[in-house]
Amino acid sequence: MIHRCFRCGFCKFTDDYHEVNCPSYLKFGFDTFASGGRMWLIRAWLNEEVQNSRRYWDILYSCVTCGNCEAHCIMPFKDDLLNVFETAKAEQESYGLVPPAVKNYFRALSESGNPYGEPQDKRGEWVDGSGIEIYSGQEYLFYVGDVGSYEERGKAMARSVAALLLRGGLSVGTLGSEEQSDGNDVKALGGRKLFKQLAEKNIRKFHEKGVRKIITLDPHAFTTFTRDYPGLGGEFQVRHYTQILDDLIKNEKFPLTTQKIKVTYHDPCYLGRHSGIYDPPRQVLRAIPGLELTEMHRNKVNAFCCGGGGGNLFTDIIGIGEQSPAKVRLRDALETGADVLAVGCPLCSKMLDDAVKAQGCDSRIKVQDVAEIVANAIATK
Amino acid sequence: MATDIYTSLVEIVGEAHVSAKKEELYFYGRDAGLMPAHEPDYVVVPKTTEEVQKIMLLANREKIPIVPMGGGMSLAGLTIPLKGGVVVDTKRMRNIVELNKQGRYIVVEGGMPQGMLKAYLEKEFPGFMHSLPESPVMTTVGGSVSLHGQGHLTHQIGYTSDMVSGLEVVLATGDVCKIGSCSMSPYWFSKGPTLPDLSGLFLGWLGTTGIITKVGLKLYKMKKIRDFEIFVTDRDDLVPEILFRLVDTEVVEDLKAVNQAEPRMFEGLHLVLMYFTGDSDDEVEFKRRMIWESLRDIRVSRDGGFMSVFPDMRAEFLDLPQKAMTRMADEKKGGGFEYTGPIVPMEKYPVISRKFSELALANNLRYMTGVRVIGRGHGMMVGMGFFFNRVDEEMLERGKMVLHEAYAFALEHGGIPWKPTVIEQKMAMERMDTGALGLMKMIHRNLDPNHIMNPGNWEVE
Repeated sequence: MIHRCFRCGFCKFTDDYHEVNCPSYLKFGFDTFASGGRMWLIRAWLNEEVQNSRRYWDILYSCVTCGNCEAHCIMPFKDDLLNVFETAKAEQESYGLVPPAVKNYFRALSESGNPYGEPQDKRGEWVDGSGIEIYSGQEYLFYVGDVGSYEERGKAMARSVAALLLRGGLSVGTLGSEEQSDGNDVKALGGRKLFKQLAEKNIRKFHEKGVRKIITLDPHAFTTFTRDYPGLGGEFQVRHYTQILDDLIKNEKFPLTTQKIKVTYHDPCYLGRHSGIYDPPRQVLRAIPGLELTEMHRNKVNAFCCGGGGGNLFTDIIGIGEQSPAKVRLRDALETGADVLAVGCPLCSKMLDDAVKAQGCDSRIKVQDVAEIVANAIATK
Repeated sequence: MATDIYTSLVEIVGEAHVSAKKEELYFYGRDAGLMPAHEPDYVVVPKTTEEVQKIMLLANREKIPIVPMGGGMSLAGLTIPLKGGVVVDTKRMRNIVELNKQGRYIVVEGGMPQGMLKAYLEKEFPGFMHSLPESPVMTTVGGSVSLHGQGHLTHQIGYTSDMVSGLEVVLATGDVCKIGSCSMSPYWFSKGPTLPDLSGLFLGWLGTTGIITKVGLKLYKMKKIRDFEIFVTDRDDLVPEILFRLVDTEVVEDLKAVNQAEPRMFEGLHLVLMYFTGDSDDEVEFKRRMIWESLRDIRVSRDGGFMSVFPDMRAEFLDLPQKAMTRMADEKKGGGFEYTGPIVPMEKYPVISRKFSELALANNLRYMTGVRVIGRGHGMMVGMGFFFNRVDEEMLERGKMVLHEAYAFALEHGGIPWKPTVIEQKMAMERMDTGALGLMKMIHRNLDPNHIMNPGNWEVE
């Protein structure tokens, strides 16, 4: 089907065409860095009209897998675009021909079970003092993921969510240092064999421990657990923590106090476009008295990616600069005049917080996770 | 020298915005149509007129071909660099320069995508519109006017180039020229008159006389309600008369006709599609009655009738831009749709439509003839197209041959080309008045002394 792309360019835009919404095309400016360019070049590579090169890699791996192209392509094969790109990367991987940053990412995951190359026992450090127990048959497994386990911002998020889940009265435990990568971004980078190993190991562990229900911190984990794991024998009831918070608030588990803040919510690509979950995080925020929720002009299916997907948080192939996705998204948020840029993903949190610091905008806006905002509303009572 | 040119381009646009890499050369060396590929030596994506000017100065000094590019969706190979050189992709130049509501015009950079302009107007100037082409939304305003362009107001007003209200152009020599009222005034309300109309040196020249960096476009009132009717007949000889009468009603916004082999229910039929608008239901219904009344005797004689349209079809017909047109490229599940679109006198519809369908059927091609009436019946574009599968080489060759013959037939019947391929340009120039050819040559020689602008196109021997 790869020859079916007409390179018409609908995939570059939001659904009203108001903005160019493909992060890599916006950043690099050449058509080759949009989905149409990738389709034509992958076909050319298959036909041996272009060869492997650093540029070819940049074009393939700068895709942040945000799914804007699939959402806005008008052709019948639209749902296969990311599969095509993933398969092209898998082809590269099968020949051992991947960019050094991707190779390092795979190596770290193979050797350490996480992309940071950190020891496994450090993975559970976030649990200390959080009050959450190690999973031992509780109703829910709280799965945190790589960024929630190793990045400072991610760990803070994980603790906030864990505290709220406990406060809401849920029976929940976590794997701590026994947890390992969910593999979503490995798959997006074409590491299919490694992904399968990770997924099967996770599924085995979940089964051994009797896990049936999972709450994820990370939308990337949510997506692969719901999209890929069932095909590998891993059928679980999976929910993102914002869905759980939405339920808990509706059931009046949290007395929320007034917060006079203006908040804009950034839809994580893997929660929004990939999984279709747009309303629960917004409902959580709207439930907080006094909180003014304002929308960025690009939102929901038109949200602009933070640039951290497709492994780019780790490989940084899309790179920096004024048109780097996180800076563009930060400008969207600043336009709203919001005090807080709310996120529901540890990768978005890291990317956008780094952008705030790089742009010196700390006094104008701060990045906060939905759970942190809820926690503040409870804590100030 | 090549290294020097690359280095010079990097100095102008920055390293991130110039490429001599195989990947860009491959992609920019072809389009989605049927013309053979030819790769450039460099691709640049400038951001400003000043950068374009410096690129032109460099190219003129070094005698390197320059190929301006917008959306690259002409399907006629017009941005394929036939003699190599530098493809100048203008799509980073997509700023709104000025919106003058009172003056009913907007000034945009040449690389402004048509879809983005539509979205901008919907937000900033609701109730007003520009003429939106049926091509994909990435098609640029500069690209459209470079080949004259058509849109959904073409029946009422004319080609997109007729709606231009001013230009900024960078010549091959690096000179930056403002054309029209903006040449002597802050206002962009006229592309030429009452001054000598210099816009004709650039509109429709396929980028062979300069790069259009800014375009003033006239805006038009958009009525609140838009509707359409479809009149069907199996008599191709009646189509010119039907169109003539519909033009006469003076209530039709856009007027088209279609004849296609599939779906089978449409085989042998000619569908005349007319759009009309109103600010109230009463106005719309009044216009509908006028349209129905204009074709009364044809209905009564049962030579034709109005067609019912299913709701989902209605939505597709009213879509602006019509995504269904682009989606047709996947009809053969092969990424291809190609057409030739000569402009012909209205009376020629029957012979040309018949000839094309005969050619296509004889060559086992799934065809579509799509007509758009231009400027209130002073001509029509007859788009004769077929759907193809890009991997079926034999089908591509058949298609090329059929389009070639259909185009030649249209010229024989008094037609002129619209966005012609380089082959079609040559066929047109063979028929052209020698005085006109000489004038074209003279203009090229003077505007582009080193012959760097999109060479191979409109090239007078």
